[in-house]
Amino acid sequence: MTESVYLKNGGMTPVAAIPRLEYGDFGQAIVTQVQKGQARVAAYFAVLSDEPGAVLEIFAILARERHGDLAVFRTLVGERFESLTPNCSQVHLFEREIAEQFGVIPEGHPWLKPVRFHRSWRPDHDAWGRDPAAHPLVGDLDFYRIDGDGVHEVAVGPVHAGVIEPGHFRFQCYGETVMHLEISLGYQHRDLERMLLGGPHPATPSQIETIGGDSTVAHMSAYSKVIEGLTGCPAPARAKAIRALGLELERLANHVGDLGALSGDVGFLPTASYCGRLRGDYLNMTAHLCGSRFGRGLVRPGGVLFDLQSSLSARILAALEDCEANTIGAIRLFFDTPSVLSRLEGIGRLSRSAAEDLGLVGVAAKACGVPRDCRFFFPTGIYQQEFDELITDENGDVFARARVRSREVEVSLGLVRRILGNLPKGETMIPMGPLPPESLAVTLVEGWRGEVVHVGLTDGTGSFRRYKIVDPSFHNWSGLALALRDQQISDFPLCNKSFNLSYAGFDL
Amino acid sequence: MIQVLLERYRQGFRTGAFPRLEPVLPERFRGLPIFGGCPANCRECETTCPFGACQVVDSQVIVDLGRCLFCADCPACVHGRLSFSTEYRLAADRREGLRYGGGTYSPAEGLEPKLKKLFGRSLKLRQVSAGGCNGCEADCNVLGTLVFDLGRFGIQFVASPRHADGILVTGPVNENMRSALLDTYAAIPEPKIVIASGACAISGGPYQESTEGCRGVSELVPVDLFVPGCPPHPYTLLDGLLRMLGKRK
Repeated sequence: MTESVYLKNGGMTPVAAIPRLEYGDFGQAIVTQVQKGQARVAAYFAVLSDEPGAVLEIFAILARERHGDLAVFRTLVGERFESLTPNCSQVHLFEREIAEQFGVIPEGHPWLKPVRFHRSWRPDHDAWGRDPAAHPLVGDLDFYRIDGDGVHEVAVGPVHAGVIEPGHFRFQCYGETVMHLEISLGYQHRDLERMLLGGPHPATPSQIETIGGDSTVAHMSAYSKVIEGLTGCPAPARAKAIRALGLELERLANHVGDLGALSGDVGFLPTASYCGRLRGDYLNMTAHLCGSRFGRGLVRPGGVLFDLQSSLSARILAALEDCEANTIGAIRLFFDTPSVLSRLEGIGRLSRSAAEDLGLVGVAAKACGVPRDCRFFFPTGIYQQEFDELITDENGDVFARARVRSREVEVSLGLVRRILGNLPKGETMIPMGPLPPESLAVTLVEGWRGEVVHVGLTDGTGSFRRYKIVDPSFHNWSGLALALRDQQISDFPLCNKSFNLSYAGFDL
Repeated sequence: MIQVLLERYRQGFRTGAFPRLEPVLPERFRGLPIFGGCPANCRECETTCPFGACQVVDSQVIVDLGRCLFCADCPACVHGRLSFSTEYRLAADRREGLRYGGGTYSPAEGLEPKLKKLFGRSLKLRQVSAGGCNGCEADCNVLGTLVFDLGRFGIQFVASPRHADGILVTGPVNENMRSALLDTYAAIPEPKIVIASGACAISGGPYQESTEGCRGVSELVPVDLFVPGCPPHPYTLLDGLLRMLGKRK
């Protein structure tokens, strides 16, 4: 086995301890492990290198479900290097990202196109030879096209018909059937990762909490665990339990909301109405906890900012009592209605092998029968004792994605009850020391969409040399594009909603 | 069918009594800031707030609600003299109106009479997210649920700018959404209104230092209603919309 450093979720290592492999060995290690199904690429990113002859240092974090740990590799590359994508699709977008950020070329990449449409981070080095003085034009892309009799192209976005985020979808259709969908994002790009460099800054927590505003608790928990991992000061048990409560309430709100939205998209209004309301009730429970419906200000490095007194616990339990029966009732009605099921089954189907090849995570992966859940495979805090209900489904269609959500709702309801009934005593916040120099920490948090990965890498002064964020949407948008093949274009809204991915979390 | 009816009966009637009754917000909700009693000549909050929300003018602290993110661990006042009330009625007609110096806050008074007459009974809005995180978008969307039931006030989000009387903008207006936003604005027939919802849309919020634009919507188009918050509470937004149309005083 290739030399590597193996970390537990939330673990830290001095950078010097990570062996620096030759690029060939580095690629071989990743491709072999991924092809054998022993590991998958959780994060893959680059920093500028001042080693002679090198331009970038690339770090790869492989998640190994069977071992419950994370393997860390690094290597040096120059202006051009051989793309790993032809042998390992899981890095396809990561390599495009690195090419866009640093103007380097992964040679032999089959789909080397911009990801977010921003200027290169290295002035005068653009992977596509675009004018360095001008901001790249968003959506200026060589879209894959199909020509022929009866073939037509449909372009949707960036601004959509509802109250949702912007993105561009380009369909190649034959009649009503979609032969190919290409998704071009970047419209929400705020240059977030570069704003974190040299940090943590005073503005950093607010930026982390708005990576994807519907996953505030997931992202802020991941960030806090990176800081705690780096400093070696874990949050108190009580704080971890309150974080888990926030995370499960976030999951409940969004899963229930998604089931309602799916119901709306198939024209079944009862569940759409009930779940729309119930989603708000779960958000309000989070607001009782921390004042914000989205969990803003709940989690901070070192713990949580709000304690849960017994009176508040009782209040949230009482609210849960009312919600639980109504949630179960609304969802049962949805799944008991034949006209609903006929609109869900067999639609937007994705195969298990496609999900594995692309490295999908979260609801989208679980619906294809791929077991992926950080709470189960990389548990921290209360999930070490309290979580053993890994949900998967079989068919990879809209129905399966809906059913994974409904079963996860039931699990989360139980978890919330158990957390509220058995809250560890003690502090909710401990002070954090300065970050150690030249170190790397990585954390995985199972947000409601799936695995949120944060990697903190410090420089010689203990400031962020790089802070890498991988939202589950980063992996999963490709899954949506594939799921649309051979589907009716009119089923796109339904398929899209069944994935419900984040644009902001992808665009950063 | 009988199951649908039984479930409907069980779920009950859930539309809120707003605006007849004021909503009860959680005790920990962070609304209008409370401050005062500052030590003489203290100007520390001008530099401690990472978003530049505080300013001291003639020894009087001014909190710019358009920049404030209502942080739970607000670092602005090192003397601990800044906290938050549960006052949620925060929308303003003018950018200047968000600059709050303490005491009674004057929320929006609404559009000019001619526009109130035009839009007061039917207002169709197009929503544009321009770099938003989906927080503001989600709590705008929620106004369509039966708890708030936006439709009963004659307000509706529509699927085309051609059908709209105005736009509701969320997000800091990053470089990659600038032209799509301007195109949408241009496609709306005159007269039209613009609503900036959330700290990002008003001032760039946590992204005001970004290299990708992100200085808010009023740099591009004139704004008729500013709704502060990160994100604004749905009742803050709804209250603002009703004030704008003259349906709430």
